[in-house]
Amino acid sequence: MTTLCETEDEAVAGIGDGATVLIGGFGTAGQPMELIDALRRGGATDLTVVSNNAGNGSHGLAALLKAGQVRRIICSFPRQKDSFVFDELFRTNQIELEVVPQGNLAERLRAAGAGIGAFYCPTGVGTPLADGKETRTINGRDYVLEYPIHGDVALIKAHQADTMGNLVYRKTARNFGPVMATAAALTVAQVLTVTEPGSLDPEAVVTPGIFVDRIVAVSSPAVLAEEGAAG
Amino acid sequence: MSRLDRAEIARMVAADIPSGSYVNLGIGQPTLVADYLAPDSGVILHTENGMLGMGRAATGSEVDPDLINAGKVPVTETPGTSYFHHADSFAMMRGGHLDVCVLGAFQVSFTGDLANWHTGEADAIPAVGGAMDLAIGAKQVFVMMTLFTSAGAPKLVPECTYPLTGLSCVSRVYTDYGVFLVGQDGVEIRETYGIEEPDLRDKLGL
Repeated sequence: MTTLCETEDEAVAGIGDGATVLIGGFGTAGQPMELIDALRRGGATDLTVVSNNAGNGSHGLAALLKAGQVRRIICSFPRQKDSFVFDELFRTNQIELEVVPQGNLAERLRAAGAGIGAFYCPTGVGTPLADGKETRTINGRDYVLEYPIHGDVALIKAHQADTMGNLVYRKTARNFGPVMATAAALTVAQVLTVTEPGSLDPEAVVTPGIFVDRIVAVSSPAVLAEEGAAG
Repeated sequence: MSRLDRAEIARMVAADIPSGSYVNLGIGQPTLVADYLAPDSGVILHTENGMLGMGRAATGSEVDPDLINAGKVPVTETPGTSYFHHADSFAMMRGGHLDVCVLGAFQVSFTGDLANWHTGEADAIPAVGGAMDLAIGAKQVFVMMTLFTSAGAPKLVPECTYPLTGLSCVSRVYTDYGVFLVGQDGVEIRETYGIEEPDLRDKLGL
């Protein structure tokens, strides 16, 4: 059963210290800025964040990092031209980093959502990111054993929801939303509009409502150009 | 013929991509290849953040924050575009569905090992993105790079000294001084630019 929340603060209520938080987005596309702001206001600390990047500019995820609420981040591509908040925290040993190949990040989330215990994967074989991991040769090819990433909560952004929690996304802002929605004990989606059941084409629903616990309408979300972007 | 510039390398890569291929162009220099694909080539561009049929860079009112490429640059759609989530996008790579990917590199070994994600320096912040998935997943991995570092050291080497991205994954290396076919049998020089083959072999220790 999906709950329609009145405010972003209500949507993130109950996220406690030490939680593992999956945060959607690729750069700023699909990053649930307003939910992250609410999480920051809520004051939870010692968080583990799982997200493709480690924040852009000084808003959204970057602001959560800056507030000192994140102990550890699991991501594929922390270093970007506008990741100055993360860079400073990392260089002064104020945050732990686990770098995960992007496909492993997606598949480990997918595995968590699908009840898979672990999987053998060809990515990273023979590289430092496979150090210490179990490997196996299957039909002549080498694979690395990878484990799921479960979230206590997922914060994602979609384009539209109905009150059943069915979600549709927009263009490349979809990215990690659908897999993260399946991988957390509590999934919270911010959307532009919430409409009545029957208003979405059932054939076009990307995330079925069974994966979505709370939705909140953010009708005019922040649209952030990359700060300091130089092409 | 003289040494190639970046645009000429990109043009050569584009000419070698079979028509109708599904192709991923890595961020940085490889994105230049798109400029030299013939409009009737039928090449379909994949971007790791969930799109097939990526078009040219967006300008002016076309810019849409929800429509970006792997380098986070705003882009456009082409007719027949599709969008999908990250697990599907990487299934396209890891499942062997992409025909060609073009990547930059710090080093490539004579047998096709690739190093392109981390310099290994103590103060460097590692960032792998989709490089390892592309390296092991695409049917053919092309690298485009300068053949020598600014200090003059070869980047096509007997064995990579930088941290590896993938083992035995690169099939061709396009550089300013020549095109190389690499693999289990070692290096074959396909052509040279601005240098005679014996001199090139000498510089690379081939």
